[in-house]
Amino acid sequence: MIRALFKYSFLQNALLSGILASIVCGIIGVIIVEKKLVMMSGGIAHTSYGGVGLGYLLGFEPIIGAFAFAVCAALGIGYIKRKGGAHSDLIIGLFWSAGMALGILFIAMMPGYPPDLSSYLFGNILSVTRANLHLISVLTFIVLFAVVCLYNYWKAYIFDSEFMTILGVRTGFLEYLLLFLVAITVVVLIRVVGIVLVIALLTAPAATAGLLTSGLRSRIVYSVLFGAFFCIAGLFISYELEIASGASIVVLSAMCYAAVYAAQNILSRRKTGKCVK
Amino acid sequence: MSNAAVRMDNVSVYYGQTPALTDVCLEVQSGEYLGIIGPNGGGKSTLLKAILGLVKISGGSVEVFGRPVKSGISGIGYVPQFADMDKNTPISVREVVLTGRLRPGINPFFRFSKEDEEFSCSLIDKVGLSHLKNRRIRELSGGEYQRMLIARALATNPGLLLLDEPTASVDAAARVQIYELLEELNKSMTIILVTHDLLAISSHVHRLACLNRTLVYHGEPEFNEDVVNGLYGCPVDLIAHGVPHRVLREHGEDVKE
Repeated sequence: MIRALFKYSFLQNALLSGILASIVCGIIGVIIVEKKLVMMSGGIAHTSYGGVGLGYLLGFEPIIGAFAFAVCAALGIGYIKRKGGAHSDLIIGLFWSAGMALGILFIAMMPGYPPDLSSYLFGNILSVTRANLHLISVLTFIVLFAVVCLYNYWKAYIFDSEFMTILGVRTGFLEYLLLFLVAITVVVLIRVVGIVLVIALLTAPAATAGLLTSGLRSRIVYSVLFGAFFCIAGLFISYELEIASGASIVVLSAMCYAAVYAAQNILSRRKTGKCVK
Repeated sequence: MSNAAVRMDNVSVYYGQTPALTDVCLEVQSGEYLGIIGPNGGGKSTLLKAILGLVKISGGSVEVFGRPVKSGISGIGYVPQFADMDKNTPISVREVVLTGRLRPGINPFFRFSKEDEEFSCSLIDKVGLSHLKNRRIRELSGGEYQRMLIARALATNPGLLLLDEPTASVDAAARVQIYELLEELNKSMTIILVTHDLLAISSHVHRLACLNRTLVYHGEPEFNEDVVNGLYGCPVDLIAHGVPHRVLREHGEDVKE
Protein backbone atom coordinates (compact mmCIF):
# COMPACT_ATOMS: atom_id res chain seq x y z
CA MET A 1 0.00 0.00 0.00
CA ILE A 2 2.95 2.32 0.68
CA ARG A 3 3.98 2.16 -2.97
CA ALA A 4 0.41 2.69 -4.08
CA LEU A 5 0.26 5.73 -1.84
CA PHE A 6 2.85 7.53 -3.93
CA LYS A 7 1.22 6.43 -7.13
CA TYR A 8 -2.44 7.24 -6.61
CA SER A 9 -3.66 10.68 -5.68
CA PHE A 10 -6.92 9.27 -4.32
CA LEU A 11 -4.91 7.44 -1.67
CA GLN A 12 -3.04 10.62 -0.78
CA ASN A 13 -6.37 12.46 -0.47
CA ALA A 14 -7.67 9.67 1.71
CA LEU A 15 -4.66 9.76 4.00
CA LEU A 16 -4.72 13.55 4.35
CA SER A 17 -8.46 13.67 5.00
CA GLY A 18 -8.05 10.91 7.59
CA ILE A 19 -5.40 12.92 9.43
CA LEU A 20 -7.44 16.13 9.29
CA ALA A 21 -10.51 14.25 10.50
CA SER A 22 -8.59 12.85 13.44
CA ILE A 23 -7.49 16.36 14.45
CA VAL A 24 -11.04 17.71 14.56
CA CYS A 25 -12.59 14.64 16.07
CA GLY A 26 -9.83 14.49 18.68
CA ILE A 27 -10.39 18.06 19.83
CA ILE A 28 -14.17 18.30 19.56
CA GLY A 29 -14.61 14.70 20.70
CA VAL A 30 -12.98 15.40 24.07
CA ILE A 31 -15.15 18.47 24.62
CA ILE A 32 -18.45 16.81 23.70
CA VAL A 33 -17.66 13.69 25.71
CA GLU A 34 -16.98 15.88 28.77
CA LYS A 35 -20.03 18.08 28.14
CA LYS A 36 -22.19 14.99 27.46
CA LEU A 37 -23.22 16.23 24.03
CA VAL A 38 -22.63 12.93 22.23
CA MET A 39 -26.28 12.31 21.36
CA MET A 40 -26.66 15.92 20.27
CA SER A 41 -23.78 15.42 17.85
CA GLY A 42 -25.49 12.29 16.57
CA GLY A 43 -28.64 14.33 16.00
CA ILE A 44 -26.75 17.01 14.11
CA ALA A 45 -25.02 14.37 11.96
CA HIS A 46 -28.24 12.61 11.00
CA THR A 47 -30.07 15.85 10.29
CA SER A 48 -27.42 16.64 7.70
CA TYR A 49 -28.71 13.73 5.60
CA GLY A 50 -31.56 16.03 4.60
CA GLY A 51 -28.98 18.39 3.15
CA VAL A 52 -27.36 15.59 1.16
CA GLY A 53 -30.76 14.76 -0.33
CA LEU A 54 -31.46 18.41 -1.12
CA GLY A 55 -28.08 18.70 -2.82
CA TYR A 56 -28.88 15.78 -5.11
CA LEU A 57 -32.38 17.09 -5.82
CA LEU A 58 -31.31 20.62 -6.73
CA GLY A 59 -28.03 19.59 -8.30
CA PHE A 60 -25.44 21.18 -6.00
CA GLU A 61 -22.61 19.51 -4.11
CA PRO A 62 -24.33 17.34 -1.44
CA ILE A 63 -21.65 18.04 1.16
CA ILE A 64 -22.56 21.77 1.03
CA GLY A 65 -26.18 20.82 1.69
CA ALA A 66 -25.05 18.62 4.58
CA PHE A 67 -23.06 21.54 5.99
CA ALA A 68 -26.06 23.91 5.80
CA PHE A 69 -28.39 21.39 7.42
CA ALA A 70 -25.88 20.54 10.15
CA VAL A 71 -25.41 24.21 11.06
CA CYS A 72 -29.17 24.83 11.09
CA ALA A 73 -29.70 21.75 13.26
CA ALA A 74 -26.96 22.82 15.67
CA LEU A 75 -28.34 26.33 16.06
CA GLY A 76 -31.94 25.09 16.19
CA ILE A 77 -31.26 22.51 18.89
CA GLY A 78 -29.17 25.04 20.82
CA TYR A 79 -31.87 27.70 20.63
CA ILE A 80 -34.70 25.45 21.80
CA LYS A 81 -32.54 24.00 24.56
CA ARG A 82 -31.55 27.47 25.76
CA LYS A 83 -35.15 28.65 25.74
CA GLY A 84 -35.90 25.67 27.94
CA GLY A 85 -38.99 24.84 25.88
CA ALA A 86 -38.45 21.08 25.79
CA HIS A 87 -36.08 18.37 26.92
CA SER A 88 -33.00 18.30 24.75
CA ASP A 89 -33.16 14.57 24.02
CA LEU A 90 -36.67 15.08 22.70
CA ILE A 91 -35.58 17.84 20.31
CA ILE A 92 -32.54 15.81 19.27
CA GLY A 93 -34.77 12.83 18.48
CA LEU A 94 -37.08 14.98 16.37
CA PHE A 95 -34.25 16.64 14.43
CA TRP A 96 -32.56 13.26 13.98
CA SER A 97 -35.52 11.49 12.39
CA ALA A 98 -36.93 14.52 10.56
CA GLY A 99 -33.56 15.18 8.90
CA MET A 100 -33.26 11.57 7.74
CA ALA A 101 -36.87 11.60 6.50
CA LEU A 102 -36.30 14.83 4.54
CA GLY A 103 -33.25 13.27 2.89
CA ILE A 104 -35.26 10.25 1.81
CA LEU A 105 -38.07 12.51 0.59
CA PHE A 106 -35.73 14.69 -1.49
CA ILE A 107 -34.08 11.65 -3.05
CA ALA A 108 -37.47 10.15 -3.89
CA MET A 109 -38.49 13.38 -5.62
CA MET A 110 -35.44 13.18 -7.89
CA PRO A 111 -36.21 12.18 -11.46
CA GLY A 112 -34.44 9.11 -12.80
CA TYR A 113 -32.45 6.52 -10.89
CA PRO A 114 -31.64 7.33 -7.27
CA PRO A 115 -27.94 7.92 -6.60
CA ASP A 116 -25.91 5.63 -4.37
CA LEU A 117 -25.97 7.24 -0.96
CA SER A 118 -24.02 4.64 0.93
CA SER A 119 -20.82 6.71 0.74
CA TYR A 120 -22.58 9.47 2.68
CA LEU A 121 -24.17 7.08 5.15
CA PHE A 122 -21.19 4.86 5.81
CA GLY A 123 -18.33 6.94 4.45
CA ASN A 124 -15.83 6.20 1.77
CA ILE A 125 -12.49 7.73 2.51
CA LEU A 126 -11.13 6.50 -0.85
CA SER A 127 -13.57 8.69 -2.76
CA VAL A 128 -12.49 12.00 -1.20
CA THR A 129 -11.87 14.50 -4.00
CA ARG A 130 -9.43 17.44 -4.14
CA ALA A 131 -12.37 19.84 -3.65
CA ASN A 132 -13.53 17.83 -0.62
CA LEU A 133 -10.03 17.97 0.75
CA HIS A 134 -9.90 21.76 0.43
CA LEU A 135 -13.20 22.10 2.27
CA ILE A 136 -12.03 19.71 4.98
CA SER A 137 -8.77 21.68 5.41
CA VAL A 138 -10.60 24.98 5.84
CA LEU A 139 -13.04 23.49 8.33
CA THR A 140 -10.24 21.84 10.30
CA PHE A 141 -8.45 25.17 10.50
CA ILE A 142 -11.60 26.89 11.81
CA VAL A 143 -12.04 24.27 14.55
CA LEU A 144 -8.38 24.38 15.51
CA PHE A 145 -8.34 28.16 15.65
CA ALA A 146 -11.56 28.44 17.67
CA VAL A 147 -10.34 25.97 20.27
CA VAL A 148 -6.77 27.26 20.61
CA CYS A 149 -7.82 30.89 20.69
CA LEU A 150 -10.38 30.36 23.47
CA TYR A 151 -8.65 27.46 25.24
CA ASN A 152 -8.92 28.87 28.78
CA TYR A 153 -12.60 29.62 28.25
CA TRP A 154 -13.29 26.11 26.99
CA LYS A 155 -11.58 24.62 30.01
CA ALA A 156 -13.71 26.67 32.38
CA TYR A 157 -16.82 26.07 30.26
CA ILE A 158 -16.40 22.30 30.41
CA PHE A 159 -16.08 22.40 34.19
CA ASP A 160 -18.85 24.84 35.10
CA SER A 161 -20.55 27.12 32.60
CA GLU A 162 -22.93 28.62 35.18
CA PHE A 163 -20.05 30.07 37.14
CA MET A 164 -18.75 31.71 33.97
CA THR A 165 -22.13 33.35 33.43
CA ILE A 166 -21.83 34.86 36.90
CA LEU A 167 -18.39 36.19 35.99
CA GLY A 168 -19.94 37.88 32.98
CA VAL A 169 -18.29 35.67 30.37
CA ARG A 170 -20.60 35.30 27.38
CA THR A 171 -21.44 31.63 27.78
CA GLY A 172 -24.29 31.85 25.26
CA PHE A 173 -21.74 32.68 22.60
CA LEU A 174 -19.55 29.75 23.69
CA GLU A 175 -22.50 27.39 23.66
CA TYR A 176 -23.54 28.30 20.11
CA LEU A 177 -19.93 28.31 18.96
CA LEU A 178 -19.45 24.80 20.32
CA LEU A 179 -22.56 23.55 18.50
CA PHE A 180 -21.34 25.26 15.33
CA LEU A 181 -17.98 23.52 15.71
CA VAL A 182 -19.75 20.21 16.20
CA ALA A 183 -21.64 20.84 12.94
CA ILE A 184 -18.34 21.53 11.17
CA THR A 185 -16.79 18.41 12.65
CA VAL A 186 -19.70 16.31 11.49
CA VAL A 187 -19.25 17.56 7.91
CA VAL A 188 -15.54 16.78 8.01
CA LEU A 189 -16.26 13.28 9.28
CA ILE A 190 -19.06 12.48 6.85
CA ARG A 191 -16.63 11.84 3.98
CA VAL A 192 -14.44 9.68 6.18
CA VAL A 193 -16.83 7.50 8.19
CA GLY A 194 -20.28 8.59 7.06
CA ILE A 195 -23.30 10.03 8.85
CA VAL A 196 -24.28 6.86 10.68
CA LEU A 197 -20.80 6.26 12.08
CA VAL A 198 -19.83 9.84 13.00
CA ILE A 199 -20.60 9.28 16.67
CA ALA A 200 -18.09 6.44 16.87
CA LEU A 201 -15.18 8.52 15.63
CA LEU A 202 -16.19 11.41 17.88
CA THR A 203 -16.34 9.26 21.00
CA ALA A 204 -13.92 6.33 20.63
CA PRO A 205 -10.64 8.31 20.47
CA ALA A 206 -11.75 10.68 23.25
CA ALA A 207 -12.99 7.84 25.44
CA THR A 208 -9.81 5.80 24.92
CA ALA A 209 -7.72 8.89 25.74
CA GLY A 210 -9.88 9.42 28.81
CA LEU A 211 -8.92 6.00 30.11
CA LEU A 212 -5.23 6.77 29.87
CA THR A 213 -4.76 10.39 30.89
CA SER A 214 -6.49 12.91 33.12
CA GLY A 215 -5.38 16.35 31.93
CA LEU A 216 -7.45 18.21 29.35
CA ARG A 217 -4.55 19.09 27.07
CA SER A 218 -2.97 15.64 27.19
CA ARG A 219 -6.37 14.10 26.66
CA ILE A 220 -6.82 16.11 23.46
CA VAL A 221 -3.35 15.17 22.20
CA TYR A 222 -3.87 11.46 22.94
CA SER A 223 -7.28 11.63 21.35
CA VAL A 224 -5.88 13.14 18.13
CA LEU A 225 -3.17 10.46 18.02
CA PHE A 226 -5.66 7.67 18.60
CA GLY A 227 -7.92 9.13 15.91
CA ALA A 228 -5.04 9.29 13.43
CA PHE A 229 -4.10 5.71 14.20
CA PHE A 230 -7.69 4.49 13.78
CA CYS A 231 -8.10 6.38 10.50
CA ILE A 232 -4.83 5.31 8.92
CA ALA A 233 -5.03 1.70 10.06
CA GLY A 234 -8.69 1.58 9.07
CA LEU A 235 -7.82 3.01 5.67
CA PHE A 236 -5.16 0.35 5.22
CA ILE A 237 -7.59 -2.43 6.15
CA SER A 238 -10.23 -0.96 3.89
CA TYR A 239 -7.79 -0.76 0.95
CA GLU A 240 -6.37 -4.25 1.40
CA LEU A 241 -9.65 -6.04 2.10
CA GLU A 242 -11.80 -3.84 -0.15
CA ILE A 243 -14.42 -3.11 2.49
CA ALA A 244 -16.09 0.21 3.38
CA SER A 245 -13.58 2.51 5.10
CA GLY A 246 -16.10 3.85 7.61
CA ALA A 247 -16.92 0.40 8.91
CA SER A 248 -13.30 -0.70 9.22
CA ILE A 249 -12.30 2.53 11.03
CA VAL A 250 -15.20 2.31 13.47
CA VAL A 251 -14.83 -1.39 14.21
CA LEU A 252 -11.12 -0.88 14.80
CA SER A 253 -11.69 2.06 17.18
CA ALA A 254 -14.38 0.23 19.14
CA MET A 255 -12.10 -2.79 19.48
CA CYS A 256 -9.20 -0.62 20.63
CA TYR A 257 -11.37 1.05 23.27
CA ALA A 258 -12.53 -2.34 24.51
CA ALA A 259 -8.96 -3.64 24.58
CA VAL A 260 -7.64 -0.65 26.56
CA TYR A 261 -10.58 -0.85 28.94
CA ALA A 262 -10.06 -4.55 29.54
CA ALA A 263 -6.29 -4.20 29.95
CA GLN A 264 -6.77 -1.44 32.47
CA ASN A 265 -9.29 -3.44 34.46
CA ILE A 266 -7.04 -6.47 34.58
CA LEU A 267 -4.06 -4.34 35.64
CA SER A 268 -5.94 -2.55 38.39
CA ARG A 269 -7.42 -5.81 39.65
CA ARG A 270 -3.96 -7.31 39.83
CA LYS A 271 -2.76 -4.25 41.73
CA THR A 272 -5.60 -4.33 44.28
CA GLY A 273 -5.19 -8.09 44.54
CA LYS A 274 -1.59 -7.58 45.61
CA CYS A 275 -2.65 -5.04 48.21
CA VAL A 276 -5.06 -7.49 49.79
CA LYS A 277 -2.34 -10.12 50.09
CA MET B 1 -27.48 55.71 52.36
CA SER B 2 -27.67 52.37 54.12
CA ASN B 3 -24.91 49.82 53.74
CA ALA B 4 -27.07 46.91 52.68
CA ALA B 5 -25.19 44.19 50.83
CA VAL B 6 -28.37 42.66 49.48
CA ARG B 7 -31.81 44.16 49.29
CA MET B 8 -34.67 42.15 47.81
CA ASP B 9 -38.03 43.77 47.49
CA ASN B 10 -41.13 41.63 46.86
CA VAL B 11 -39.21 39.27 44.62
CA SER B 12 -41.14 36.52 42.85
CA VAL B 13 -39.70 33.81 40.63
CA TYR B 14 -41.73 31.35 38.56
CA TYR B 15 -40.58 28.19 36.82
CA GLY B 16 -43.29 27.99 34.17
CA GLN B 17 -46.52 28.11 36.18
CA THR B 18 -44.90 26.94 39.41
CA PRO B 19 -43.96 29.61 41.87
CA ALA B 20 -40.51 29.08 43.38
CA LEU B 21 -40.41 32.34 45.30
CA THR B 22 -43.27 34.67 46.10
CA ASP B 23 -42.91 38.15 47.56
CA VAL B 24 -39.54 37.66 49.18
CA CYS B 25 -38.30 40.66 51.10
CA LEU B 26 -34.78 40.39 52.39
CA GLU B 27 -32.27 42.90 53.58
CA VAL B 28 -28.77 41.79 54.48
CA GLN B 29 -26.35 44.31 55.94
CA SER B 30 -22.68 44.44 55.03
CA GLY B 31 -20.59 42.15 57.21
CA GLU B 32 -23.53 40.00 58.19
CA TYR B 33 -23.38 36.18 58.29
CA LEU B 34 -26.85 34.99 57.44
CA GLY B 35 -28.04 31.41 57.37
CA ILE B 36 -31.10 30.53 55.34
CA ILE B 37 -32.89 27.31 56.15
CA GLY B 38 -36.03 25.82 54.70
CA PRO B 39 -37.55 22.60 53.39
CA ASN B 40 -36.61 20.91 50.13
CA GLY B 41 -38.15 22.73 47.21
CA GLY B 42 -38.58 25.81 49.37
CA GLY B 43 -36.67 27.92 46.90
CA LYS B 44 -33.37 28.29 48.76
CA SER B 45 -31.20 27.71 45.72
CA THR B 46 -33.50 29.86 43.63
CA LEU B 47 -33.08 32.69 46.11
CA LEU B 48 -29.30 32.59 45.64
CA LYS B 49 -29.72 32.42 41.88
CA ALA B 50 -32.00 35.45 42.00
CA ILE B 51 -29.31 37.38 43.87
CA LEU B 52 -26.79 36.28 41.22
CA GLY B 53 -29.08 37.23 38.37
CA LEU B 54 -29.11 33.67 37.05
CA VAL B 55 -32.90 33.33 37.09
CA LYS B 56 -35.41 35.75 35.65
CA ILE B 57 -37.44 37.39 38.37
CA SER B 58 -41.05 37.99 37.43
CA GLY B 59 -41.66 40.68 40.01
CA GLY B 60 -39.88 42.87 42.50
CA SER B 61 -36.31 44.06 42.54
CA VAL B 62 -32.93 42.82 43.70
CA GLU B 63 -30.08 45.12 44.58
CA VAL B 64 -26.56 44.07 45.48
CA PHE B 65 -24.39 46.75 47.07
CA GLY B 66 -26.94 49.33 45.97
CA ARG B 67 -26.90 48.38 42.30
CA PRO B 68 -29.54 46.41 40.41
CA VAL B 69 -28.36 42.89 39.81
CA LYS B 70 -27.29 41.53 36.47
CA SER B 71 -24.86 38.76 35.66
CA GLY B 72 -21.29 39.86 35.29
CA ILE B 73 -21.26 42.35 38.12
CA SER B 74 -18.23 41.83 40.23
CA GLY B 75 -18.40 41.44 43.95
CA ILE B 76 -20.37 38.22 44.39
CA GLY B 77 -18.63 34.92 45.00
CA TYR B 78 -20.77 31.83 44.54
CA VAL B 79 -20.25 28.31 45.82
CA PRO B 80 -22.75 26.06 44.02
CA GLN B 81 -24.28 22.87 45.32
CA PHE B 82 -21.80 20.00 45.37
CA ALA B 83 -24.35 17.54 43.97
CA ASP B 84 -24.79 19.55 40.76
CA MET B 85 -21.10 19.69 40.00
CA ASP B 86 -19.12 17.55 37.61
CA LYS B 87 -16.54 15.52 39.49
CA ASN B 88 -14.82 13.90 36.52
CA THR B 89 -13.74 16.86 34.42
CA PRO B 90 -10.05 16.54 33.53
CA ILE B 91 -8.97 19.63 35.42
CA SER B 92 -6.74 20.29 38.42
CA VAL B 93 -7.46 22.21 41.63
CA ARG B 94 -5.19 25.07 40.52
CA GLU B 95 -6.93 25.30 37.15
CA VAL B 96 -10.37 25.38 38.74
CA VAL B 97 -9.42 28.23 41.08
CA LEU B 98 -7.85 30.09 38.17
CA THR B 99 -11.17 30.08 36.30
CA GLY B 100 -12.37 32.51 38.95
CA ARG B 101 -9.92 35.03 37.44
CA LEU B 102 -11.63 35.06 34.01
CA ARG B 103 -12.69 38.56 33.01
CA PRO B 104 -16.14 39.52 31.74
CA GLY B 105 -16.71 39.25 28.00
CA ILE B 106 -14.49 37.16 25.80
CA ASN B 107 -10.91 38.01 24.89
CA PRO B 108 -9.33 35.86 22.19
CA PHE B 109 -6.03 34.31 23.26
CA PHE B 110 -6.71 35.21 26.90
CA ARG B 111 -3.95 33.94 29.16
CA PHE B 112 -3.88 34.18 32.94
CA SER B 113 -1.31 36.65 34.20
CA LYS B 114 1.35 35.95 36.78
CA GLU B 115 -0.69 37.89 39.34
CA ASP B 116 -3.68 35.67 38.61
CA GLU B 117 -1.54 32.60 39.22
CA GLU B 118 -0.10 33.95 42.45
CA PHE B 119 -3.45 35.13 43.75
CA SER B 120 -5.01 31.73 43.04
CA CYS B 121 -2.15 29.97 44.82
CA SER B 122 -2.55 32.19 47.88
CA LEU B 123 -6.27 31.32 47.98
CA ILE B 124 -5.52 27.61 47.71
CA ASP B 125 -3.22 28.07 50.71
CA LYS B 126 -5.93 30.00 52.52
CA VAL B 127 -8.47 27.17 52.22
CA GLY B 128 -5.78 24.68 53.22
CA LEU B 129 -5.34 22.78 49.97
CA SER B 130 -1.78 23.76 49.04
CA HIS B 131 -0.65 20.13 49.17
CA LEU B 132 -3.33 19.23 46.60
CA LYS B 133 -2.70 22.08 44.20
CA ASN B 134 -1.98 19.95 41.14
CA ARG B 135 -4.33 17.14 42.05
CA ARG B 136 -7.11 16.23 39.58
CA ILE B 137 -10.52 17.08 40.99
CA ARG B 138 -11.81 13.51 40.80
CA GLU B 139 -9.22 12.55 43.43
CA LEU B 140 -10.61 15.01 46.00
CA SER B 141 -12.82 14.18 48.95
CA GLY B 142 -16.13 15.97 49.40
CA GLY B 143 -14.69 18.44 51.91
CA GLU B 144 -11.63 19.20 49.77
CA TYR B 145 -13.86 19.72 46.74
CA GLN B 146 -16.00 22.19 48.69
CA ARG B 147 -12.97 24.14 49.85
CA MET B 148 -11.73 24.27 46.27
CA LEU B 149 -15.07 25.76 45.22
CA ILE B 150 -14.77 28.32 48.02
CA ALA B 151 -11.29 29.25 46.78
CA ARG B 152 -12.65 29.67 43.25
CA ALA B 153 -15.41 31.94 44.56
CA LEU B 154 -12.81 34.00 46.47
CA ALA B 155 -10.74 34.35 43.30
CA THR B 156 -13.33 36.84 42.05
CA ASN B 157 -12.46 39.09 45.01
CA PRO B 158 -16.02 39.18 46.31
CA GLY B 159 -17.55 41.42 48.96
CA LEU B 160 -20.45 38.98 49.23
CA LEU B 161 -20.15 35.21 49.39
CA LEU B 162 -23.12 32.97 48.63
CA LEU B 163 -22.94 29.30 49.53
CA ASP B 164 -25.44 26.62 48.58
CA GLU B 165 -25.32 23.69 51.03
CA PRO B 166 -21.56 23.76 51.54
CA THR B 167 -21.66 21.01 54.14
CA ALA B 168 -23.83 18.51 52.31
CA SER B 169 -21.95 15.26 51.60
CA VAL B 170 -19.09 16.28 53.84
CA ASP B 171 -17.92 14.42 56.93
CA ALA B 172 -17.98 15.95 60.42
CA ALA B 173 -14.32 16.97 60.56
CA ALA B 174 -14.44 18.63 57.16
CA ARG B 175 -17.65 20.38 58.21
CA VAL B 176 -15.90 21.96 61.15
CA GLN B 177 -13.05 23.07 58.87
CA ILE B 178 -15.48 24.68 56.44
CA TYR B 179 -17.33 26.56 59.20
CA GLU B 180 -14.04 27.76 60.68
CA LEU B 181 -12.99 28.98 57.25
CA LEU B 182 -16.27 30.81 56.76
CA GLU B 183 -16.01 32.46 60.16
CA GLU B 184 -12.56 33.69 59.20
CA LEU B 185 -13.83 34.96 55.84
CA ASN B 186 -16.74 36.72 57.50
CA LYS B 187 -14.28 39.22 58.96
CA SER B 188 -13.84 40.71 55.52
CA MET B 189 -17.04 39.86 53.65
CA THR B 190 -20.77 39.34 53.90
CA ILE B 191 -21.84 35.71 53.82
CA ILE B 192 -25.19 34.17 52.97
CA LEU B 193 -25.37 30.44 53.55
CA VAL B 194 -28.16 28.13 52.49
CA THR B 195 -28.28 24.83 54.33
CA HIS B 196 -30.08 21.88 55.82
CA ASP B 197 -27.52 21.62 58.54
CA LEU B 198 -29.62 23.05 61.38
CA LEU B 199 -27.38 22.22 64.28
CA ALA B 200 -24.12 23.50 62.85
CA ILE B 201 -25.69 26.60 61.42
CA SER B 202 -27.08 27.70 64.75
CA SER B 203 -23.66 27.69 66.34
CA HIS B 204 -21.91 29.60 63.57
CA VAL B 205 -24.11 32.03 61.71
CA HIS B 206 -25.10 35.33 63.26
CA ARG B 207 -28.63 35.34 62.05
CA LEU B 208 -31.10 32.89 60.62
CA ALA B 209 -33.90 33.25 58.15
CA CYS B 210 -36.34 30.58 57.13
CA LEU B 211 -37.53 30.24 53.58
CA ASN B 212 -40.47 28.34 52.20
CA ARG B 213 -41.44 30.07 48.96
CA THR B 214 -41.80 33.29 50.88
CA LEU B 215 -39.64 35.13 53.35
CA VAL B 216 -39.70 38.42 55.13
CA TYR B 217 -36.49 39.35 56.80
CA HIS B 218 -35.20 42.73 57.84
CA GLY B 219 -32.16 42.02 59.90
CA GLU B 220 -33.75 40.85 63.13
CA PRO B 221 -34.58 37.21 63.43
CA GLU B 222 -38.33 37.02 63.75
CA PHE B 223 -38.46 33.50 64.89
CA ASN B 224 -41.05 31.67 66.83
CA GLU B 225 -42.56 28.27 66.84
CA ASP B 226 -45.48 29.22 64.61
CA VAL B 227 -43.20 30.52 61.91
CA VAL B 228 -41.02 27.42 61.92
CA ASN B 229 -43.91 25.00 62.09
CA GLY B 230 -45.64 26.86 59.30
CA LEU B 231 -42.55 26.66 57.15
CA TYR B 232 -41.73 23.02 57.65
CA GLY B 233 -45.24 21.79 58.20
CA CYS B 234 -44.12 19.97 61.32
CA PRO B 235 -42.36 20.89 64.54
CA VAL B 236 -38.62 21.27 64.23
CA ASP B 237 -36.06 21.61 66.97
CA LEU B 238 -34.24 24.85 66.57
CA ILE B 239 -31.79 26.99 68.38
CA ALA B 240 -31.85 30.59 67.28
CA HIS B 241 -28.59 32.34 67.73
CA GLY B 242 -29.64 35.96 67.90
CA VAL B 243 -28.84 38.56 70.49
CA PRO B 244 -29.54 37.40 73.17
CA HIS B 245 -29.52 33.60 72.86
CA ARG B 246 -32.97 32.35 72.42
CA VAL B 247 -34.08 28.76 72.49
CA LEU B 248 -37.38 27.80 71.01
CA ARG B 249 -39.77 25.96 73.20
CA GLU B 250 -40.02 22.21 73.32
CA HIS B 251 -42.64 20.66 71.09
CA GLY B 252 -46.08 20.64 72.61
CA GLU B 253 -45.24 23.01 75.46
CA ASP B 254 -48.03 25.50 76.10
CA VAL B 255 -47.60 29.07 75.12
CA LYS B 256 -47.56 31.18 78.26
CA GLU B 257 -47.96 34.84 77.74
